[in-house]
This record gives sequence, structure tokens and C-alpha cells, in this order.
Amino acid sequence: MAQKGFRARGWWKWGALATGLLAVSLTGCGPQYVLLHPAGPVARDELNLMVLASIAMAVVIAFVLALLGYVLWRFRDRPGNPAPYRPEWTHSRWLETLWFVIPALILTVIAVPMVGQTYALAKVPPKSDPLVVDVTSLDWKWLFQYPQSGVATVNYLVIPTGRPILFELTANSPMNTFWIPALGGMEYTMSGRVLPLWLEASQPGTYWGRSGQFSGVEFEQMFFQVKAVSPAQFQAWVNQVKGQAPAMTLADFRRLESPGTVGTITYSAYPASTFPAVTHGFTLDGGMYMVMSNRPEENQPGAPMSMSSQPKASSAAHARSVAPSAGMSVQPMKMPMPSSTPMQ
Amino acid sequence: MQAALSYLLHTLFPPTVLRPTELGADVLILATGVIIVTVLTRQKKWGWLWREWLTTVDHKKIGVMYLIAAIAMLFRGGVDALMMRTNLALPSVHFINAEEYNEVFTTHGTIMIFFMAMPLIFALFNAIIPLMIGARDVAFPRLNAVSFWLFAFGALLFNISFVVGGSPNAGWTAYPPLTELAFNPGPGEDYYFMSLFISGIGTTITGINFLVTILRMRAPGMTLWRMPLFAWTALCTSALILFAFPPLTVALGTSLLDRLFGASFYTLGHGGMPMMYVNLFWLFGHPEVYIVVLPAFGIFSEVVATYARKPLFGYSAMVLSVIAIMVLSYGTWVHHFFTMGAGPGVNVFFGLSTMLIAIPTGVKIFNWIFTMWGGRIRLTVAMLYQLAFIPTFVVGGATGVLLATVPVDYQLHNTYFLVAHFHNTLIGGTVFGLLSGLYYWWPKMFGYKLDERQGQWAFWLFFLGFWITFGPQYLLGLQGMTRRLWTYPFGFGWHELNFISTVGAYIMGAGFLVLVYNVLWSMQHGERDLTGDPWDGRTLEWSLPSPAPEYNFARIPVVTARDAWWAMKAEGRANQVKRVRPEEVAALELPRNTGMPFFLGLGFFIMGFGLVFRWWWIGIAGIVVVLASMLWFGFDYDDKKHVHPDVIRRTEAALGRLEA
Repeated sequence: MAQKGFRARGWWKWGALATGLLAVSLTGCGPQYVLLHPAGPVARDELNLMVLASIAMAVVIAFVLALLGYVLWRFRDRPGNPAPYRPEWTHSRWLETLWFVIPALILTVIAVPMVGQTYALAKVPPKSDPLVVDVTSLDWKWLFQYPQSGVATVNYLVIPTGRPILFELTANSPMNTFWIPALGGMEYTMSGRVLPLWLEASQPGTYWGRSGQFSGVEFEQMFFQVKAVSPAQFQAWVNQVKGQAPAMTLADFRRLESPGTVGTITYSAYPASTFPAVTHGFTLDGGMYMVMSNRPEENQPGAPMSMSSQPKASSAAHARSVAPSAGMSVQPMKMPMPSSTPMQ
Repeated sequence: MQAALSYLLHTLFPPTVLRPTELGADVLILATGVIIVTVLTRQKKWGWLWREWLTTVDHKKIGVMYLIAAIAMLFRGGVDALMMRTNLALPSVHFINAEEYNEVFTTHGTIMIFFMAMPLIFALFNAIIPLMIGARDVAFPRLNAVSFWLFAFGALLFNISFVVGGSPNAGWTAYPPLTELAFNPGPGEDYYFMSLFISGIGTTITGINFLVTILRMRAPGMTLWRMPLFAWTALCTSALILFAFPPLTVALGTSLLDRLFGASFYTLGHGGMPMMYVNLFWLFGHPEVYIVVLPAFGIFSEVVATYARKPLFGYSAMVLSVIAIMVLSYGTWVHHFFTMGAGPGVNVFFGLSTMLIAIPTGVKIFNWIFTMWGGRIRLTVAMLYQLAFIPTFVVGGATGVLLATVPVDYQLHNTYFLVAHFHNTLIGGTVFGLLSGLYYWWPKMFGYKLDERQGQWAFWLFFLGFWITFGPQYLLGLQGMTRRLWTYPFGFGWHELNFISTVGAYIMGAGFLVLVYNVLWSMQHGERDLTGDPWDGRTLEWSLPSPAPEYNFARIPVVTARDAWWAMKAEGRANQVKRVRPEEVAALELPRNTGMPFFLGLGFFIMGFGLVFRWWWIGIAGIVVVLASMLWFGFDYDDKKHVHPDVIRRTEAALGRLEA
């Protein structure tokens, strides 16, 4: 009786499993499955590897399930079961070798492209001219600075399509991770370090990004939107920001640093000391940047003074004349672009 | 005086955090406390409680105490989980607020790992390992009690945080700088570091204890290669504990120095290096994963052999794979933070080492299946958990390989895919394993069987509830939902799967209630085990009466084969082994009960509580109690009691095991 009951429930289990699989295959195409709809080369490469690994693992799972089901069906303890009872059969060298070798082979199928892909993703594509975005996670907001043009945004990003973006990630707060799932994988933002991460958007569109590392009570607000636009539109946006937005002062930065949430903000310029000048984070090649100070007030006593003496750029003309020089003056202190640096 | 009192009240119960959940917990704790005190007083059981339980050094009773504590903690951690799932059932549900949610997910993880899984494992180690290897007790019975009381008072310290001062709220991993005083000024993180520090000492001692017990106290003839797999996994687990807990202790101790005394090991400023904590934590944390799963592997190896009536397939391969897992598990910790920019070389190394560990694990899965091949499979509840474990754990392992694939992990790190993965391995592996072990060894521990029919109900609720909870979470990961979010807006499309997941969590909760009912019902009405061997078992513990007498073996058996008891039965020597002739009974020395471990734990508790609130004098008082207990321990030479042969003869005769 109990055995019959079990078998009935067992069918229920398989039915539930089949329904579940069907539901998955039906809903798996929806746009909310953001990891399955990559919008850039990095996310696409990562998805391809995920698909390869999933197929390999699905083979293993299916085989084990089938084997388990068969053994369970054949060797149940029920009266008159004709299957042989062989308690002395406890060892088989070739069988045990087989299930040592076959998983190793399956894992090799995943491991080889994994190694290549990991190294490939660690470098900005050669001969490209990446747009640099300096990212600082704060409690609880994202600050994005564009050192090449001197503009800055809070809680939203605008990027050109078809051009690698080199994000330089740091934090002035507990750790977060910087993640735009449609464009590619995440990387930590840590105080005292600058970590590089490159992503690229192939098509124009609006994507979302958020933090994956819990960082306190307003962690849920560590969210930002990413607008990918054509290079021409991007340049137009930069020009517009330079013409219209106010410049960030050190006082503004202090306010951003203090815990709390804000909406989106746009700045036409920012003080150079608000992003680490020289870093001791890791480079894209796996080497190390040099020693840095993350806190503007600690190692750069002169910097805040000179910045605060900089007039507040309220007028468009002023911003244009000041911001680029402020932005560019820091850059020479930085190490050369990682993509052009050979492995150390 | 009044100022002091108001200060005390203000610190212990900050006015800003008087919440309904907290008030409910306060009332519940008070009510339970009053009931326990009333019952004990009216039944005049205080002396009994002290003499028989609080001061015991008997490994079997310590095992029972671990078990009770672990089930209580399973309840607490489960309620935490249900609170989280309720908040996530639909978008923008504010059943609890963000602060409470952050406390709840932190205590859920910490409790489930440190105060549920670990003690449940130690419950089975204590209850079974000495019986299984033919020993009269563990190597250091008093240290065993010390371990238990350090764990128990550590768990108590951790649990009172919810109602006294506030719980930790930075995740079970407690990464700095979020746990730095500047970002986390409340007592919560101090509770976390202090209580884990205290119970961690106890765990380390347990590791040493079982390492020595298994290496030195096996019955004559039980060579390492004749040792049951559960004893092998206990041995390897103990070795893992011995080398994995020191990094944790260092990480916790230095964090305490940061918070209590203004050091800057991991602070954001002053040259602190938060990533060093992350390394130390996972240097412990990854072996910890295998510390909790290896015993489950051992349990399954015993359960499958017993219920398939066939010796374990590929014994040597099984032992070697346990050892391989033990060694490899120290070389994989960076896979918890591939996304911290260590560079492709480092990431590839740890990705490959993680994949490598999948191979011995796969070998074990196939060996379990082939143990059943050619056997006769009895579908008891213990066996059902084993059969549920295999697919669940294989899926967990497969998704683990996905996460070990470095570029894939860049996308899946800290998403619900990861959450689903580790629940698949921790519930599918550890919890299914421990439940299987409980149903299997329950008659040996308590002398009666758990009802099979109710057990099947609990099993199906638990198993199906598990998949309904965590299946959708893989998909939520692919939808980009990250972990530790207290709520989410409507726009992401995450609500459907979250709702299904919450339903599953409640089904699991129902499974837990049926399990508790099963235990309580069986306590009254369960089938008594008079044979000592209700499952037709294979290992030495089944040669003893259920439950075993205080001295375990009246005469230590001589082992001649693997699966010693099965071999004795096959040779027709079962009765010979079970029965003892009066002249064979010798006087025994057993460890004498002592209150020292209890006071040692109490001292640590007082010290921890004082330090959490910076009440230095209370802290110092606690340290004094600790030192006094240790002095008492050091100079107490009268630590053995002699058991007269007549006592043993009488006990054996009452069990029908004395030859006339």
C-alpha cells in the first residue's frame, strides 16, 4: 500500500518537474530575463559561456536523473522483484575510472573556453579608444565622472554605443558592486582601490544598473539608469551639459559623500581631487596601479584649496573654460591607459 | 541611580527600534521562560536538570542537548526566512522595514550556518561516532562539554541581540567597512563578532576532540580502512575545522579590536584593508561549506548501504574522494570574490580549482547510485531524503560549476542565482543529510522510531517546498535580482517568481511543523526499539541496545571486517557479541560530571555581553569567571568515577544481555 502511494506521489513529482520545465522554456524569452538579452559584446561573451556550461551541466544532470530513476525502479525491495541481488558486487575498477574521467572531460569542455574568455575580458579590445568613466559609489548614490570631457553625473550614465567604456571603480563608502546586467558582469567598488572594468553597448537603448553588494539601509536605492546613444548624440549631450549644468564644488561633493539618497544630478565640471589621482588597485592586465590616497583631504592638502578657489561655474561660458582644464590637469598623474600597457 | 537606570534602559532598548516584531519576540521569550521555570519548579526538576544534563559529560547526552539547541535554532532561522519571503512576496510590500529586514537576513544566515547546521552535525557526531568506532566516550569528555557550553552561550548571546540592543545587520559575512564602527555604531555587529568568537573556540575544541577520538579510540581491529564512511567524514571534518577556524578567529578578533579599541585593520581610513578581511573570512568560509556537507556525505554513505542491503560501492574511492575534497577545499576560497579584480591569472586558478573539486564529488554521487545497483532498496524516510538529495545536490553542484566559470560569475555573483545555488547545496546536501541521519539514528538515540507515515508527509512538504522556493530563484537571478534587497519596485518583472518562491517557503515551514509533530507524537506513540537494530544495520552502534547505556559497551568488540556488525551477523556471531558473560565484565572508569564547562561558558557570556556594551567592569567580571573556571578545571584531579562491575552486570541483565 505504502509502495503504491509512493509511486503515485512520484508521478506527481515528475509532473511538477515537467510543468516547471515547460514554464521555464516559455517564459525564458521574456525581456525581463536581462541576462539572456545581452546588449553588448561583454555580456554576449558571458552569456555564450553560460549557455555552453549550462548545456554541459544539463547533460550531467539528465544522465544522473535517468540513472537514479532506473536504479530506483529496478532494485526496489518488493516481493518477487526479478532483478539480481548482488551484495558482493562492491567495486569495479573500470566503472569507477569511467566516472572519474567523463566528468573531467566535461569540465575540460567548460574550462578551456573559460580560461581564454577570462583573459580576453581582462583587456579592453586593442586599437580601441575607450571612453573613461570614473565611478564612485557613495552612501547611497552613484557618482559618474567623465575625465575626458570633465562632466559628471549622479545616479545615471550616458554612454556612446559601439565604443568600449573603461570604468574605473572606487568607493567612498562601504563596498558595492557596479553592475549593468545588460552590458556585462559586475565588479566591486572598494575604498582605497580603483578597479577597472570595461563594457560596451552595441545598440542604443536604456538599461539599468545596480549594486549587488549590500551596503546598508538604503542599499535598495543603489540603482541607476544607463542611456546608450549614438556617438554623435553623446557628443551633443556632453556639449549640452557643459553649456547648461552647474559645476560641482567640493562642498557639493561633501554633500554627496554624506549618507542619504538623492535623485539624478548633472555637473558640467568637478574638482580633480574628488577621484583618486593615483591608485593601488589592479589594472586591466592583472598588474597593479601605484599607491594612492583615496581621501582628498588626507594626502592632498593643497588640492582642496585650489579647487575651492575655483569660481563656481554658474554661467555656461565659465564652465566651458574651466572644466576641461580641471578635468585634464589630473590625467597626467594617472598611469597610462591599461590597454596600451604591456603586462608587467 | 535614576540616571544609571535610564541609561541602562536606553542602551538596552533604544526607543527608536520598538517594533511589533521585537515586541512579539519579547513577549514570546518571556512567556516561554515563565512556562519553563514554572514547570521545572512545580515538578521539582531543577536538581535533576543540573545533575543529569547541565553538568553531564556523557557524549550521548551532549548530543541530545546539541540536537535540541539546533532544532530551536532551525525554528528561529526559519521564522527569519519566512519574514524575508513575506516581504518579497509582492513588489513594495512593507511587512517589515529595511532595518528589520537587514537584521533578519543577517541572523538567518548566521544562525543557519553557525547555530543550526554546526550543532546538528555535532549532535550526530556526539551521539553516534563513539558507538560506531567502539569507544566508551570521546577522547576528552570534559572538553566536549566545554565545547557545547561555549556554543550554547555563544548562541544565546547572538539571539538576545534581537531584543536587547539590536541585531547585526551586515550579512552573515559581515564585510567591513560596513561593519566598521563609523558605519555601524549599534551593538549588533559587536554581538556578531563576540558570539561567533566564543562559539568558534568551542567548535575548534570539538574538531580537536573528534580528531583524537577517531584516531586513537577505535575498537581493536578497526583499522582506518575498516572504518565506516561516517567516521571518515567526521575525521576529515574535524581536520577541516582545526585548520579553517583559526583564520575566522583572527578575522573576528581583529574586527573586535577595530570596533572596541579603535584599531584599523579593516577600516575605510587610516590604511585599513577591508579586502584582507574578505580573504580571511573565506579562507575559513569555503572549508566551512565542506565542514557542513562532508558529514552529510558520511550519513548518506551509511543510510544508502543499510537501506539497499548492500555494502558501499567503491569504498576506497569514497574515502579518497573525501580526502581529496578536504585538501582541495582550502584552495578555492577566492571564487567567492572573482569580482574583486584580482586579475585573470588568480581568477583562472581558483576557477579551475573549484571545477576540480566537482570531480571527487561526482565520484561520490555515482558510487551512491551504484551502491543501490544490485541491492534491495527500502523506501524509508531516511532513504527518501537520500533519494531527494541526489538530484538536488547534483543541480546545486552543476550550478556551482556555472558559478566557478569566471566570466559567468561576473554576471551571477550576488544574484538570486547564487542564493538558489547555495541553498541547493546547503539544504539539498546538509539539511537533507542531517534529516536523513536523524530518522536513521533516532531509535539509537532515543529508543523509539519516528513514525514513518508522518515522516513521509514532512518529507514531501519539505522537498517540494524546497523546489518551489528555490527553483524560481535561479530564474530571478537571470532577471538580475540581487540578494539582500529588502523590497523591489514593480517595474523589473520580478513579482511572479518571487510570489511562487514565497509560497514554497511557507510549504517548507509546514514541513517543519509536521516534522516537530512527528517527533512529539512518536515520543508518546512511536514504535519502541527493543532489538537495538531496527533497520538491519551494518555498523557497530546497532549491536548496542537503544539507547545505549552510559558506558556504551560492556565489553569492547573486536572488529574483523568493514561493516563490522553486518559481518558479525553474517558469521552468526550476533548473539555472542550482544551478550556478555558475568566474568567478562570489568570495573570501568568513566568521566565524572562537572559544572565547570557551564560556568566557563557563562563567564564567556558575561564577558561578551559586557564588551558588546562597553561595560568594561562586567567584561572584566566575565573574564574573572572564565579564569576561575579554568583554574578549577586545572586543579580538579578527581575527574573520574569508578563503575563497579555489579552495576554493569545489573544494567546488562535488565537489557537481557547477560549470559546466565
